[in-house]
Amino acid sequence: MNEPDTLGASLTRTGISRRSFLKFCTAMASLMALPPSAAYAMADALQRTQRQSVIWLSFQECTGCVESLTRSFDPTLEQMIFEMISLDYQHTLQAASGTAAESAREQAMKASYGKYLLIVDGSIPTKDGGVYSTVAGISNYDMLVETAKGAAAIVSVGTCSSYGGIPHANPNPTGAVAVTDIIKDKPVMNVPGCPPIPSVIAGVLAYFVTYGKLPELDHLNRPKVFFADTIHDRCYRRPFYDQGKFAKTFDDEGARNGWCLYELGCKGPTTYNACATIKWNGGVSFPIESGHGCLGCSEPNFWDKGSFYQPLPTPLADNAPVIAAATLGGIAVGTVAAVVSRKHQADIGTKEGK
Amino acid sequence: MDLLQFARGPALTWAFAIFVFGMSWRLLGILLLKRRPDYSEPRHATSWPGAIKLIITRSWPRREFRPRTVFGLSVGYIFHFGLVIVVFGFAPHIMFFRSLTGLDWPNLPNAVIYISGAITIAALIIVLGRRLTNPVMRLLSNFDDYFSWFVTITPVVTGMLAVAHLGARYETLLAVHILSIALLLVWFPFGKLMHSALIFISRGTTGALFERKGASI
Repeated sequence: MNEPDTLGASLTRTGISRRSFLKFCTAMASLMALPPSAAYAMADALQRTQRQSVIWLSFQECTGCVESLTRSFDPTLEQMIFEMISLDYQHTLQAASGTAAESAREQAMKASYGKYLLIVDGSIPTKDGGVYSTVAGISNYDMLVETAKGAAAIVSVGTCSSYGGIPHANPNPTGAVAVTDIIKDKPVMNVPGCPPIPSVIAGVLAYFVTYGKLPELDHLNRPKVFFADTIHDRCYRRPFYDQGKFAKTFDDEGARNGWCLYELGCKGPTTYNACATIKWNGGVSFPIESGHGCLGCSEPNFWDKGSFYQPLPTPLADNAPVIAAATLGGIAVGTVAAVVSRKHQADIGTKEGK
Repeated sequence: MDLLQFARGPALTWAFAIFVFGMSWRLLGILLLKRRPDYSEPRHATSWPGAIKLIITRSWPRREFRPRTVFGLSVGYIFHFGLVIVVFGFAPHIMFFRSLTGLDWPNLPNAVIYISGAITIAALIIVLGRRLTNPVMRLLSNFDDYFSWFVTITPVVTGMLAVAHLGARYETLLAVHILSIALLLVWFPFGKLMHSALIFISRGTTGALFERKGASI
């Protein structure tokens, strides 16, 4: 499964022409916003490189991230698995099961120790000894720590492994944490999203295979090339925001005219992702194009930031009881102040009378 | 909890609480003060028309003082109107008020808001410059004047930066903008910004007194 094999040899064996290979490299370079010359560099590097060993660990997750990747259009999953990487362990996609599956992971770790890429989706439960999610009787925590030791780098795919995600949401009953909360001594790249855009997952993997390192990251360890701009910055409805034209409901005239969804709770202005540019389903559309606001799923704690339909500038809490109590308190203190002042006024009046 | 969550959550809750507490305390403390007995014969049966009349007439300079006050008054009016347009005309602000009161009204085009915001900032800088350069005004000014100016201009500046996405990430700018509003709300009842409510009480009281005495308003 993990035989040393250059990508060039693999391509020759499968009968893929150099033209097709260059087209693929150009598409990847374009996706990553690399200069045109990078396509040739990428082709040259990939020809000579060994297929990258990848171990994919799925922890406390819903398999949405893997589902997303299997819908990747450019490159396709087939291209990824058979041309660029050697996916040595992924318990949803691999044919092996039980002891044979775990054996595949151990063999891959041994064969490429210090060189393999570790991909993680799902958060890691830490409460009660991590018993809330186990694979082959091994807790997610233990498996992550063990597998991370021999990894060249780690890619946290999805919001759960990047920030804890939905399992981390209040009250976080399993003590779910992100990969970066546990692994401190390895380069970790976060590719958040619930799920992440398939092309983004594929693009960052292509970059790592080509250059042998992670791309430039932002303060939340996200690849800048995909997470530098907000959805709002790149949204095709942005001109309506600038004009002050907003849909008030999902079926009013503004909604039908395609006006900005800010008043309907769109989190586009505070969400950094490439949905508005790369889009989904092979570039067909993204949620805002379908008439629904952005949920902000690629941001930390997106589940605990109030309703998805609550506009960004509004208060998060129901302040009515606090305001009522404060008003009553103010009335009480004001009345006492007035009584004291009136007494003082009376005293002054009495003195003036004398 | 990130900065925006803090601003939209506990910061605003505490600011609202302090604002309404302070406003009710101060307004009630003043309104319940004992009135001096007036033993003179009232010239008019009702005095409230005089209160309203004086509130209006005192909002406009008297002819004899006009040359000396027209500049300060004009700049003052400009930034007050600018603030009203920005605060009550901008769509996200209307959303904010709607979430608190349930009231809704149409928003102004963003271009109008941006221009009003820029004019308001310019006018506020001019009034500060005038306060700093005029020896008499500088002598009369204290911390309250300068801090009230600061908490007034800060939300306008941070709001403009948030809208333009200038200087930091939008979520940070929005959080700072909301925090600056929280600061304004906290200071409002206890500083000179309270004039926005007290000006009507003081002028109304004087007007009612003048009406009763038959004085010219």
